[in-house]
Amino acid sequence: MTELIIKNGFVFDPLNGINGEKMDICVKDGKIVKTVNEHRAKKIDATGLTIMPGGVDIHTHIAGGEVNTGRMVRPEDHVKDAVAKTAITRSGTGYSIPSTFVTGYRYSRMGYTTVMNPSMAPLEAKHTHEELNDIPLLDKATFPLIGDWWFVLEYLQKGDFEGCARHVAWMLDTTKGYAIKIVNPGGLESWGFGRNVHSIDDQIPNFCITPRDIMVGLAKVNKMLNLPHTIHLHTNNLGLPGNYQTTLDTMQALEAVPNDGKPNMHITHLQFSSFGGDGWGNMKSAAPEISKYINNHSHITADMGQVIFTDTTTMTADGPFEYTLYSLSGHKWVNSDVETETSGGIIPFHYKKNNAVNTIQWSIALELALMIEDPYKILMTTDHPNGGPFASYPKIIAWLISNKARMATLKRCNKKGQKKSLLPTLNRELSLYELAIVTRAGQAKALGLKNKGHLGVGADADVAIYNVNPETTDIANKYKTVRKAFRDAAYTIKDGKIVVKDGKVVMNVDGKTMWLDVETQQKCEVDQDMRQKFKQYWTIEYDNYPVYDHYVKVPEVIPIKASV
Amino acid sequence: MPVFNSVTCPICGCLCDDIEVTVENNEVVKIKNGCAVCEAKFIGYKGEHRIHTPLMRKDGKLVPVSMDEAVHAAAEVLANANYPILYGWSSTSSEAQRVGVELTEEVGGIMDNTAVVCHGPSILGVQEVGIPTATLGQIRHRADLVIYWGCDPWSAHPRHLERYTSFTEGRFEKSEWTSYMQKLKAGAGKKKLDSALRSGLAKGPVPKPQACYVGGVPPSLSKGGRKLIVVDVRKTMTAEMADFFLQVEPNKDYEVMQAIRALVKDQELDVDSVGGVPVEYLEAVADALVNCEFGVIFFGMGLTQSAGKFRNIEVAIQLVRDLNARTKFMIMPMRGHFNVTGADVVQAWQSGYPYGVDFSRGYPTYNPGETTCTDVLLRDELDASLVIAADPGANFPKRAVQNMVKHPLIVIDPHMNATAMLGDIVFPVAFVGIEVDGTAYRMDHVPIPLHKVVEPPEGVLSDEEILKKILEEVRIIKAQKAEQEKKEAA
Amino acid sequence: MHVTLLSGRTIEQGVGKEYGKASHEYYNACSMCYMDADDMKKLGVKNNTNIKVTTPIGSVILKAVKYPRSATPGLIYIPYGPWANAICSDATTSIGMPSFKGTPAEVEAAPDQKVLSIEELLMSEFGR
Repeated sequence: MTELIIKNGFVFDPLNGINGEKMDICVKDGKIVKTVNEHRAKKIDATGLTIMPGGVDIHTHIAGGEVNTGRMVRPEDHVKDAVAKTAITRSGTGYSIPSTFVTGYRYSRMGYTTVMNPSMAPLEAKHTHEELNDIPLLDKATFPLIGDWWFVLEYLQKGDFEGCARHVAWMLDTTKGYAIKIVNPGGLESWGFGRNVHSIDDQIPNFCITPRDIMVGLAKVNKMLNLPHTIHLHTNNLGLPGNYQTTLDTMQALEAVPNDGKPNMHITHLQFSSFGGDGWGNMKSAAPEISKYINNHSHITADMGQVIFTDTTTMTADGPFEYTLYSLSGHKWVNSDVETETSGGIIPFHYKKNNAVNTIQWSIALELALMIEDPYKILMTTDHPNGGPFASYPKIIAWLISNKARMATLKRCNKKGQKKSLLPTLNRELSLYELAIVTRAGQAKALGLKNKGHLGVGADADVAIYNVNPETTDIANKYKTVRKAFRDAAYTIKDGKIVVKDGKVVMNVDGKTMWLDVETQQKCEVDQDMRQKFKQYWTIEYDNYPVYDHYVKVPEVIPIKASV
Repeated sequence: MPVFNSVTCPICGCLCDDIEVTVENNEVVKIKNGCAVCEAKFIGYKGEHRIHTPLMRKDGKLVPVSMDEAVHAAAEVLANANYPILYGWSSTSSEAQRVGVELTEEVGGIMDNTAVVCHGPSILGVQEVGIPTATLGQIRHRADLVIYWGCDPWSAHPRHLERYTSFTEGRFEKSEWTSYMQKLKAGAGKKKLDSALRSGLAKGPVPKPQACYVGGVPPSLSKGGRKLIVVDVRKTMTAEMADFFLQVEPNKDYEVMQAIRALVKDQELDVDSVGGVPVEYLEAVADALVNCEFGVIFFGMGLTQSAGKFRNIEVAIQLVRDLNARTKFMIMPMRGHFNVTGADVVQAWQSGYPYGVDFSRGYPTYNPGETTCTDVLLRDELDASLVIAADPGANFPKRAVQNMVKHPLIVIDPHMNATAMLGDIVFPVAFVGIEVDGTAYRMDHVPIPLHKVVEPPEGVLSDEEILKKILEEVRIIKAQKAEQEKKEAA
Repeated sequence: MHVTLLSGRTIEQGVGKEYGKASHEYYNACSMCYMDADDMKKLGVKNNTNIKVTTPIGSVILKAVKYPRSATPGLIYIPYGPWANAICSDATTSIGMPSFKGTPAEVEAAPDQKVLSIEELLMSEFGR
């Protein structure tokens, strides 16, 4: 029965149209309410401070087999960033792949309260959930990788969308997942024998189906199942010069699945899919082409995939792409293919200012953010840790709100890269309202999370309070103040409890793991089908595959009624 | 008589989960699908060597004590120790391992697991060059070339070939079981004749023992279907099943692998043999590697424990990396204990490091050679130990164990194993995977649930419960100590 | 006779450890040593009789058994366990891994000496 009142702050709540209004926020029993008993309630004096809903991150690799293998192979990454135990927090290490407790503390200190782990190999789902249980202070969910799952390939090849939908529903239930994740569709199965696909109309070896078929088919399935998020897509040909054409083809292909003017796909880490040129020598930004398309269509949301100049670790399910990076760098390389389902790869990567390509990459993500007019369509991420550690988010915030900040970084970059950057022509600076969209409101909306990303009555009481006075601060000029403010939140409130004060964790709470309970007709028929196929397809038994309830410490089950 | 299906066998890194267990009157009476070791465990676990009550060493002998007395004594030891080691972890669940990290962090000790004497060097090699690998199902579906290097699955992972490699049906490759059986039948006749000739029961020239490299490269390397190559210093039972056995001189694996790397990269060798292997045989192996559709190398202690140790692994992985430019190739360590992978995985996600993790500074540090417990024991730097789900008393070098028993030794194990026989405070626990549920990680990192099929003996708790009791008591003792010190300072 | 000592798993050692470290299955499985048949002949050691194996670490009495599958001249193989560890090299070469495979050793026939039980072995080495 905890009541809290946050008084007198400047509130930015875009989903409810509130743009810097001075108002009180009231909390009771972990939810936002209209009023509280001011005598009983705990008070926070937020005079002169900025109030936003707690941060939401739509795409961050923080838990599971691949992330953990990344931790294991990079002791040199952790040794420079050790975190000591305190009376209320556990010890751990960072830097680009923090250990689980540290992940929770670091996000929370920036005012974040909800995160999405976007890649989970279904066979290893228990591992993902075990790690999510050990990430404190955040609500989380995870997306099973099913774009190259044999069942999806076989059902779509037959044209049986309903059968496919029922199996996808089974998979979401069984792995306690939240959304359909697709990575380099067709490429991962091809990688099973060391091959890849190079266009969305390539035939996938052994399966007589194309990437286009997979993406369109799963978008249809997504609609049939009434899932809260759209398909979450990592495009084909990621990271290759000239790949913007594949991205355009992909977006055009999805026009075939109309969704009442609402999005039907989310392209993740869009920067990596927006390369022009045709080789590393003449590689350039294709942000103008991509932005133009997105500005003129309503079926796409995306996130940036911002590159940070630092030594980080790349890890994706895109096995062939990670191999390409290995061929370029010779660095230590992990490959981790998963039977029947997906692939994966890990390789350290250092993005350098004095490297032309890295400079252009850094620029591309910001160009997209500035050229795509509607901030609800282009959300802030680094594809942690691929573009850089999530702890770098305050840096990106500074670049988004301040041309001065962008130029200060650009002028230290490689000269050739500077010449190719479009940033000098882009003066747009995001307001705090737009910043709230790209870091929380827009993220929650794209994910279909009804109680996150806003401070309306009934929302979860996840609130972030920052040391920025919008009335007296010229944020574009004083971007360093803003950067500092968003690094160490004045307060982070989780489920109505103050968990961070002045950038320090003051209370430990378990977050919830959200997952979808998708109800279709004919559920038991799917079970029979799976039982029979199990011995052929997997090396573990059907009974040992599901993520049983006890694997999720604090569940939030979201019931979904499918139309199939 | 209840029959449990899909039971997971809690012994080796194969983590076979298709075991069928029949239970009668809370006892396992029958096992189906398990190998000899699996059967030994499920039938033999409740034998005479089971411990039933906590024990403490008094006047040189282990005598039964109450749980409270044992917990308090253990907690006192750990709370007061300056540099304790908490070792083992490989034969228990990930749930218990998580409590282990919390306890080690609380007492500022070292948490280490059996990888240190098993695949620790493999982890070190992987930390240098990464590892191209896959889950075992990928091997089953796709591999047409399987190599076992420095390991003997027939002895240590008996069902590996029938579940994951040569003798299993995949989507793209078939089982080689029938042709192996045919080869055995064909060979049986010859074996009988040779034996008769040697003992003089038949007339004819006495056959000389077949040296390894006689008669040219066997044609079996160019056959269709799955091929099996075994590389070892002596002919093991697994080697007898192989299409080709390469016998390498002890401690020469590194040179042989580098030679094969050179051949894979189309270089010519100016010597006649490397590590005891004639070059034409190495060339045949290199050709088989390059020409396969999907190859895999499984390796074991032959590489991690012989000269070069982690450098052997590094070069094996580099060979596989090189091969990926020509074809699809994977490599995987044959993990020994059923949940040593889990111990590495849990330690890594909670601390960042997989084994040999030192919490004495209040944050995790990792430096094999310095923080690995074998070294700490050999240098006698510890002042207490807790051993759980492992048996260093039997499996650690003598001098390490001699130093271990100089200091208080807490042991948590179901059986009176060698370490328990040497212990000062001994806790009996239930068998994970038979009497307690939990989760374990297979050698390819796939998490598989362990199941309870019978009740543990009266009063015997799980690893997780004992560790939680000790942790709680440690916190109480430390809080009391802090109170005391505050009073004294005032 | 000068040999190289290897230690490792056998199926009997695997089975024996499940019955218990003090079981006779474990004792039979681990207090033995595989030797090359020709080496045994040269040394005058009959199959299934005892030998003494000595290294810089110490010495231990084991039952010698002919290795059935191939010639392994100059190699002996002792299954993992306290008998092997009485003499295996503990040189961890700065990475924590003792040198379980490749310790140089001396072997001599010892037909009249007894193989210690695990209790006797632990008592003699560790005083418990």
